Amino acid sequence: MTVPALQLERVEKRFGATPVIRGISLEIAAGERHAIIGPNGAGKSTLFNLVSGALSPTRGSIRLDGTEIAGAPPYRINRLGLSRSFQVTNIFPRLSVFENIRCSVLWSLGYGYSFWRDTEKLRDAREHAERALERIGMTARRNTPAGVLTYAEQRALEIGITIAGDPRVILLDEPTAGMSRGEAEHAVALIRAVTDGRTLVMVEHDMSVVYGLADRISVLVYGEVIATDVPARIHDNAAVQAAYLGSADA
Amino acid sequence: MSESAVAARAPPAAGAVSGRTPGAWLWLGAAGVLLVLPHVPGLDSDYGRSLLTQMGIAAVFALSFNILFGQTGLLSFGHAVYFGLGAYAAIHLMRAINHGLPVPIVLVPLAGAAGGLLSGMLFGSVTTKKAGTIFALITLGVGELVYAATFMLPGIFGGEEGLTASRTRAPPLFGLAFASQLEVYYATALWSLAAAMLIHAFMRTPVGRICNAVRDNPERAEFVGYNTRRVRFIAFAAAGLFAGLAGGLSAINYEIVAADAVSAQRSGTVLIMAYIGGAAHFVGPVLGAITITWLQSSLSGYTSAWLLYLGLFFIVVNLYAPSGLAGLLLMHGRVARTRAFGALVGAYAVALVPAAVMAAGAIALIEMSYRVATQPELGTKMRLLWTAVDAASAWSWTIAGLALVAGFAAFRATWPLVAGAWERANAEAAGQ
Repeated sequence: MTVPALQLERVEKRFGATPVIRGISLEIAAGERHAIIGPNGAGKSTLFNLVSGALSPTRGSIRLDGTEIAGAPPYRINRLGLSRSFQVTNIFPRLSVFENIRCSVLWSLGYGYSFWRDTEKLRDAREHAERALERIGMTARRNTPAGVLTYAEQRALEIGITIAGDPRVILLDEPTAGMSRGEAEHAVALIRAVTDGRTLVMVEHDMSVVYGLADRISVLVYGEVIATDVPARIHDNAAVQAAYLGSADA
Repeated sequence: MSESAVAARAPPAAGAVSGRTPGAWLWLGAAGVLLVLPHVPGLDSDYGRSLLTQMGIAAVFALSFNILFGQTGLLSFGHAVYFGLGAYAAIHLMRAINHGLPVPIVLVPLAGAAGGLLSGMLFGSVTTKKAGTIFALITLGVGELVYAATFMLPGIFGGEEGLTASRTRAPPLFGLAFASQLEVYYATALWSLAAAMLIHAFMRTPVGRICNAVRDNPERAEFVGYNTRRVRFIAFAAAGLFAGLAGGLSAINYEIVAADAVSAQRSGTVLIMAYIGGAAHFVGPVLGAITITWLQSSLSGYTSAWLLYLGLFFIVVNLYAPSGLAGLLLMHGRVARTRAFGALVGAYAVALVPAAVMAAGAIALIEMSYRVATQPELGTKMRLLWTAVDAASAWSWTIAGLALVAGFAAFRATWPLVAGAWERANAEAAGQ
């Protein structure tokens, strides 16, 4: 059997005495689009923070393509090919849209902390950035400072920063939060296009987005995964309906 | 909600230090200006050339400070440490040269740069562990520590008198013997221009660009592969290098280095220079360095209260022109070609009259207070703004106070005029 893109084993996280993640085991295959749903406070964002390195798990193992990453700093996990977006827009506000994207490809192209190259002359960095700009449909906004973009544009840029460095595994935290119906549909098409051939894990509240994108769904309730299955069976799962769908207004 | 949060963090659109680069012709132009400046009437004396030399040194120092402040978002309260330690390294080399070491003086700034780089790396390994307020406080602590050390280690720092050396007792290079202030000026100008070009080039490198990203959003920078602590360290080391180079230039210029080179006051001055000039723009710190150096040398000749005026100037810029002199110039550059620009200049002229009355009142009050409080031995009769004034007379105080209050009220009344003209010019510029 092939190595899963992402493998969590009995991952726990406590804040002080409070358990937030209570032993999650989960395998996500390479190329899979996986959604994590659950009521507010279930620990979805904490789980993302553990996988992406923003937080260290109290216990348990997290493997990215077989490499242990639990407790590693974010930049190291990113260099191993995992990139994430944020629920609250997290961009470089004073940099231009283009510069936002270009900063996000520099490491993956091997430029690291170089202080002897002229960034303007790095053709591969420019081309990578331009391709990502085109994919998120923001070529026309190229020179605009990111801080003055509209909300929907900033969300698109957020995804652009996440995918620009060609990560194998992408974590999207509520990519359509706060969007109108039309904007969300546009975002779904964008996400489908940019994650083609990659592994996607996303937290999402909007069930139409989840059903439209996910190959499998995990339901997180009070820090535990109570079900992982294909969308059709999650919909009919009695435990899920009782614990989550029944109580939610979705 | 998050949209407004991000927008609030963003400065006015033009504030970004963007990819727009001064072309080679701009550097050539700068070189040309530096070449002719010491022969411009008014500046062609030893005093003028010395002033220009000081401006060049200050410009490099302020640019180095801005690698941290404007580019990486790190506010250092102890940047003079690297200037000063560079200066000490340079003066030690000069002393060795005086004793026969065959090195031309023009290369001494390299010793300053090395001293600044090494001390930047040493202290930077501690200070850059943190960002934000903690970083600022640690730099303050390091500054005090090094200042104290200059008195505790007289063998290295020369104690209270400092260390002296001669720039003329050295092997000349290409006939450059550093005998005249003009030669010192040209050596300083050459090094300053080279330093400015290198700092500019540094900001264009991948790590320089990531410095901007770390300034804007350190959290996100970690998630695109960068260890922000390492980025801060590299910025700190680079800033130390160029501060040390400026220190080396000052060692050549003054032929003495003492504890004031690493003092908190010097650290504060460079911060004020970068801020007043405009930290969001590459040339901002240079403008600030030129302005403050000029104020220091000319204003201090007129009044002993010059530091107070400097403080007031700093506060006014902070409150009303937070993007600094460079920001003001850029804002006006955008509207300079509109038809409404003439009306804007007219509005400024109208506002200038009450502003001058207000300033005259304030200056009179400050000067009379200073005279009475700090220089009673000079008596109460004084000349202020081409007028004979008696600080013992209640009339002087009353008139000055009235000028301040009435001037301010009238100045305030002209604001809508200025604001309206400004908006019309901007609307026209936006429509072009």
